[in-house]
Amino acid sequence: MIITDVLCPFCGDLCDDIIVEVEGNKIIEVKEACETGMSKMMGHERIAAPMIRENGKLVKTTYETAITKAAEILTNSLRPLMYGWGSTTCEADKKGIELAEELGAIVDNTTSVCHAPSILALQDVGLPSCTLGQIKNRADLIIYWGSNQAEAHPRHMSKYTSFTKGFFTKEGRKGKYVMVFDIRKTTTAEVANEFVQILPGEDYRVLSALRAILAGAGDVVPFSVGGVPKGKLIEIVDRMKNSKFGVLFFGMGLTHSRGKPYNVANAISLVRDLNAHTKFAVIPMRGHYNVLGFNQVCTWSTGFAFAVDFARGQPWYNPGETSTVDVLNRGECDSALIVASDPAAHFPRKSVEHLARIPLIQIDPYASLTTELADVVLPAAIAGIEVEGTAYRMDGVPLRLRKLIEPVHLSDEEILSRILSKVREIRGD
Amino acid sequence: MELLITNGIVYDPINQISGEKVDIFIKDGKIVSGVKNPKTIDAGGRIVMPGGVDMHTHIAGGKMNVGRMLRPEDGRRGIESKKKLTRACTGYSVPNTFATGYRYAKMGYTTTFEPAMPPLLARHTHEEFRDIPLVDKGAIPLLDNHWLILEYVKSGDMDKLAAYIAWMMNATKGYGIKIVNAGGGEAWGWGKNVRNLDEMVPNFDVTPAEIIHGLAEANERLNLPHSIHIHCNNLGHPGNCDTTLATFDLVKDVTSNNRQVMHATHAQFHSYGGSTWADMYSKADAIASYVNSHDHVTVDPGQVMFGDTTTMTADGPMEHELHMMSKRKWTNKDVELETGSGIIPVFYSRKVSINTIQWAIGLELVLLIKSPWKTAITTDHPNGAPFTRYPEIISLLMSKKRREEALKGVHSAINKRAILSSIDRELNWADIAIMTRASPAKILGLDKHGKGHLGIGADADISIYDISPEEDDPRKIQSALSNAKYTIKGGEIVVKDGEIVAVPEGRTYWVNPEFDGDVTKAMLEDLAVKFKDYYSVSLANYPVQDAYVPHPIEIKTRCKNAS
Ligand SMILES: [Zn+2]
Repeated sequence: MIITDVLCPFCGDLCDDIIVEVEGNKIIEVKEACETGMSKMMGHERIAAPMIRENGKLVKTTYETAITKAAEILTNSLRPLMYGWGSTTCEADKKGIELAEELGAIVDNTTSVCHAPSILALQDVGLPSCTLGQIKNRADLIIYWGSNQAEAHPRHMSKYTSFTKGFFTKEGRKGKYVMVFDIRKTTTAEVANEFVQILPGEDYRVLSALRAILAGAGDVVPFSVGGVPKGKLIEIVDRMKNSKFGVLFFGMGLTHSRGKPYNVANAISLVRDLNAHTKFAVIPMRGHYNVLGFNQVCTWSTGFAFAVDFARGQPWYNPGETSTVDVLNRGECDSALIVASDPAAHFPRKSVEHLARIPLIQIDPYASLTTELADVVLPAAIAGIEVEGTAYRMDGVPLRLRKLIEPVHLSDEEILSRILSKVREIRGD
Repeated sequence: MELLITNGIVYDPINQISGEKVDIFIKDGKIVSGVKNPKTIDAGGRIVMPGGVDMHTHIAGGKMNVGRMLRPEDGRRGIESKKKLTRACTGYSVPNTFATGYRYAKMGYTTTFEPAMPPLLARHTHEEFRDIPLVDKGAIPLLDNHWLILEYVKSGDMDKLAAYIAWMMNATKGYGIKIVNAGGGEAWGWGKNVRNLDEMVPNFDVTPAEIIHGLAEANERLNLPHSIHIHCNNLGHPGNCDTTLATFDLVKDVTSNNRQVMHATHAQFHSYGGSTWADMYSKADAIASYVNSHDHVTVDPGQVMFGDTTTMTADGPMEHELHMMSKRKWTNKDVELETGSGIIPVFYSRKVSINTIQWAIGLELVLLIKSPWKTAITTDHPNGAPFTRYPEIISLLMSKKRREEALKGVHSAINKRAILSSIDRELNWADIAIMTRASPAKILGLDKHGKGHLGIGADADISIYDISPEEDDPRKIQSALSNAKYTIKGGEIVVKDGEIVAVPEGRTYWVNPEFDGDVTKAMLEDLAVKFKDYYSVSLANYPVQDAYVPHPIEIKTRCKNAS
């Protein structure tokens, strides 16, 4: 059976034009997707069954037993942490947030360690933005700043930016000017019209210099900023002002270099200021396919996008205090539920050490480093392959993930829903 | 379950009941003529009305959620703990979804319409609807800057235009046609705007006047329950009253089935005289006099109340202008081929002349429009103020004394550039029942679907307020309207003594117009090209799936003969 218009559950581009061939409940071919997306959809080894750690070893058990154990751990803890949500549906996120509220837990997603600076900057200065189709149809100046999407978002340039044609961009690549700002020449830079090399940690200064020149205060800018000559900076500002529709995409190179949220706020402010001269938009290159979906659900249901602490019975949001790594580094939480993410592989050592000390429940289709630390392992169906549900593309466009084959395991949503019922049962509600 | 409400002083304007003691019988969620074993509510001489209907309130979707994300400081303002039945609440002007449902129900409201759904993001609006408990909902898709619509209006292809709108209602699970700064949204794709009704939209060779007229005709041809719902061009500009009146005049020749052909929303923002902010003054009298002498237009005020709130609209260029003036944090979101939006926080100050005049204009409009059936009470939540300010607004409309007190503390510009102080009218409870229930239901076309009245067969959505009709202390009126004694939704008691006692999910109204198959086929070929070449999503993934509308109320319409 051939299924068309399939969504790819890999990166924040959320491509929806994938063609999948299914035979006997198995995906045998994937067309149109990038290599990473294809390998994700073809599948690899899964966690076979629910497991509980006994005498230091994970032992197979039933869902019923593992879910009861998980509910007991969470009910008996004073400060549970619920983290992850990078690669699952909004429906699972909703259930997770309801569970967090019931438990008085801290709930946080991978935004906490990737685009948190982007959300803090948005709160500070706003975000003039647009959907990706707007760029495809109009943009004649495309800027990637600290974002090597040739590797992280492989089809980004061919679907939405450099190598596509749209209503007002009928010439395609020829009519567009593509610039890359980065500290080293990336694969993205190789296909750009211009690569601007910035000294490590100097993004903030370069952005400030561009803003100063734009504001007519170029005289305060020294002859070189962050490794970029002043003449070049002036030329860049002219190019920006003279574009018909410009866009600035930024990635972890900006959010995680010195200055973090201040870099992002400065980049957004530059784009904002450019709107007094021409049309300009800014878009954060969100990583996982539905990391933004969690921010959306968390925002409409709690008022805040991530790092929400329910210990007071009401949402308390204070990133830096209520964000996962900070909570772990203070050794504050006494249990953790990790959903669709692998903090053991990505967190600082101190945080992982605390995760290893406390009871840890993992919900995931795949074994990871986090599994090594888990006391309860609940295998899940794969969202977008075995389960339908909602995901938000990096530009906020919500799409419905398809179910392509029958699942072997329960969905994240179902597992969380059962844990919630069990918690209520234990508490006698 | 059966209910009997006895001893209430009932205001049910659609059924010509005005402050009479009438028993109300409820069975299976509807009003019936009698019941056998009811639970009885003794209303004890208190006021009983149909559940409140808010016809224009930005409660859900991409824009509201970015507003929440933008303003954690607002989120922190309305924090309430989780309780046994209710989820935790946050926010004042940008409340979370749960707070939205609870706060409406506590004020006795049971129906709320989101008036600005970007079609490409419709799924988001419906997702949030699912998390807004208690109230019934509907969402009006933004259609006026849509490429295919601009093209059909330009070529005069009224058949395909209607076919496309019919398709869009299905695809977005939408209710009607929303117009926002017609043509300005497309121009804003290049950082530009359109300034008058006859200015060409760049690259599309069509004018706002043509777009508005074309959509009004298509609306009536499809027999949609609601008329076109318009946010006029030039919002918030001194002197924009002329544009507003010219917009009303545009659709004079369009005929409808027994209702208005244009609903002009948040008219307060469109009733300005003058040529700069320094000489801007109230033209509420001109707008009201037009509405008084014509039957094809209805308006809601979009009342401004003093304090902090958040403005959010699909009028992208207008929000950018606000940003250029106030320099406050600003978001913009253009949506490919379709529409856009912007958000900016605002503080309306009683010490600022413009804000004071804006505050006066909303009240003036409502008081100067003679027939309460031609208007409805709104704040364009959260643009003029959060919806939670309605009780205060109603107390101002009902009491000249309260207005006089309020006038004392505001900027002196009110004396020369507004007319509020010269208006003596005080609304009565019947007027209020019309403007907050019967009229918005009628304007939306929901009266024929069981909303806004208490006749046999109507939805048993009822509010009982702890106040008798004789009470004229405006503060007591405000307090009673803020915390309903009872709110009954679909025959179930959901609020008692101002507390939530049940949390049923609401339903979603959408319109499904039937249209000629051959024209639709030809239109779909045009649409397929748009998706193949210009959209960033595929056509197959565009329509909102049924899973997002778990409690739909589908209103079918049959179109009038082809032109
Ligand atoms: Zn509005």
